[in-house]
Amino acid sequence: MILTPTAAAIWRYRGFIAGSVKREFQARYRGSMLGSVWTVLNPLAMIAVYTVIFSRLMQARLPGVDSTFAYSIYLCAGIITWGFFTEIVTRAQNVFLDNANLIKKLSFPRICLPVVVVLSATVNFAIVFALFTAFLVASGNFPGTVFVAIFPVLVVQVAFAIGLGVILGVLNVFFRDVGQFFAIVLQFWFWLTPIVYSVTVLPERLRSLVAWNPMASLVAAYQSILVSRQWPQWGSLLPAVVASLALCLLAVRLFQKRSGEMVDEL
Amino acid sequence: MGTIRVAGLGKAYKQYPTRWSRLAEWMLPFLPPRHKRHWVLRDVSFSVQPGEAVGIVGDNGAGKSTLLKLIAGTTQPTEGEVAVAGRVAALLELGMGFHPEFTGRQNAFMAAQLLGLQPGEIETLMPQIERFAEIGEYVDQPVRVYSSGMMVRLAFSVATARRPDVLIVDEALAVGDAYFQHKSLDRIRQLRNEGTTLLLVSHDRTAIQSICDRALLLDAGKAVKDGTPEEVMDYYNALVAERETRTVRQHAVDGGKVQTVSGTGEATVTEVALLDEHGARVEDVKVGQPVSLAIEVEVREDLPELVVGYVIKDRLGQQVYGTNTHHLERPLERIAKGERIRLRFGFDANLGDGSYSVAIALHTGATHVAKNYEWRDLALIFRVVAPPAARFVGVAWLPPRLEIQR
Repeated sequence: MILTPTAAAIWRYRGFIAGSVKREFQARYRGSMLGSVWTVLNPLAMIAVYTVIFSRLMQARLPGVDSTFAYSIYLCAGIITWGFFTEIVTRAQNVFLDNANLIKKLSFPRICLPVVVVLSATVNFAIVFALFTAFLVASGNFPGTVFVAIFPVLVVQVAFAIGLGVILGVLNVFFRDVGQFFAIVLQFWFWLTPIVYSVTVLPERLRSLVAWNPMASLVAAYQSILVSRQWPQWGSLLPAVVASLALCLLAVRLFQKRSGEMVDEL
Repeated sequence: MGTIRVAGLGKAYKQYPTRWSRLAEWMLPFLPPRHKRHWVLRDVSFSVQPGEAVGIVGDNGAGKSTLLKLIAGTTQPTEGEVAVAGRVAALLELGMGFHPEFTGRQNAFMAAQLLGLQPGEIETLMPQIERFAEIGEYVDQPVRVYSSGMMVRLAFSVATARRPDVLIVDEALAVGDAYFQHKSLDRIRQLRNEGTTLLLVSHDRTAIQSICDRALLLDAGKAVKDGTPEEVMDYYNALVAERETRTVRQHAVDGGKVQTVSGTGEATVTEVALLDEHGARVEDVKVGQPVSLAIEVEVREDLPELVVGYVIKDRLGQQVYGTNTHHLERPLERIAKGERIRLRFGFDANLGDGSYSVAIALHTGATHVAKNYEWRDLALIFRVVAPPAARFVGVAWLPPRLEIQR
């Protein structure tokens, strides 16, 4: 199998991977006086803004749900996970360009770099999500056992994001337009995914189109778990699972075929 | 451990006529390729035994760095193969991929991890790395504030912290100051004695000759000579000289510049050579070796008097020593047209390590100002190589007789 030597290489370089994740986390807030406190303050501010503005001031209500915090939970569930998705994709699409210096001068399994991206994004997400969960518990909105359903959905999302990210990352080395182009795509993609609005506000015709958007079904699953406290409709995730597997497979193929040539272009 | 085998190695970069051609090639794989291959290295084969030190020489763009990158594994070959046994540490293009925002310590840690060292081991080696690099408090500053010399100091310290089976050094040592150069050369020698295989790219002939057992000359992507450092360097110099004479000839029309020859031309130097004790021509001379400067002069007019002199200059053009037949009280008088005079100035090469040139003057009187028949700069270039056992600094060889009382 092609994956066995890859896994072995990642394991052998685990020290480097762990070190890089740690260094990146430290580097983010180096030079600031409050340091890692900012990691907590940023998401706290976001949760506060959504809760106060939408739930209290604008009295925004989700159709069919009658709860003060329902809309802000709905928003956070979508935005936090969407942020996790975009962090992996955008960092992965630049990972080879950003590390050109390292790639050109040292010989090591290049596959470690996307792994660092995933782990580093996961650490950031974990902090934000832990705070959000604390908010759910504190405001009496914790969904109970249904909560565990989040984790398999997250696994599918990470696979989808890194598969896509590595493909874009390899392409971006050869065609630098890819990175620019995808930044625009992400803007559209965000608004074509029911994160800020509810899918029910869409006309029927568009709604069937949204079903093809893997991110829409993933975000819908989070919203169903956290807002409606219901198990997600596993069947609706099938296209996302298939897309993730296909992207990961394509990413591995593309990476193996082009990684040698990639160094010449950096 | 430490063997390198390179067979039929070649590296070509793809060149596309326009920015869109690559996209077209990727999208339409069934069409013929649109790129041209630009070969920077081709048909290179050699092998290196464990503990051997090989210098790689050649002009800029000859493919030296590409060869090292292929052996280090950062670049993949287009054809042929490279097999390296053991742990490789490489200093390519002056660094180890340091990240400008991270501190020297963090970068050293990361580079050491990528060289295959375990975190515990790096912790143990870190004080030693710091001590060898001698960059003081800078080790905890971001690398972006480093000078290039400091960067090399740190990179070299990391690369050699644990003895690698193969050490690859690309020009890196030229950046450091003289103190660090010596320090790193000493460490390289020590590593070699412990069995490390060394690949070194350098333009410094002395470095190659004093460290390497073998040299490989690359010219336009091909290995054109593989042999002892002396043999290869002489061949390389001849190659360079040949190129330079060609340029001289090209520039001769508007008054050639490389070698300045001036004078009225009643007498001319027809041959200059440096000979060893057996009368054989040499270009490399050991410190203190008895040599002689052989000069042949052809006289074209009847001359009442002729003085033949020479000056030895160091690589910066500073005069080290000069004299002539007038000062040596061996006057040449009443010389007939067509006569050939052969002179030999024998001396001991009591000179320091480095490259020297000889200028020759044919004139009357004590200096060439009176009547200058010919003045020839850079008539000869030779090198003085100090054996590793006799390290000293300076331009002169003044070995002391040491007495100590205590």
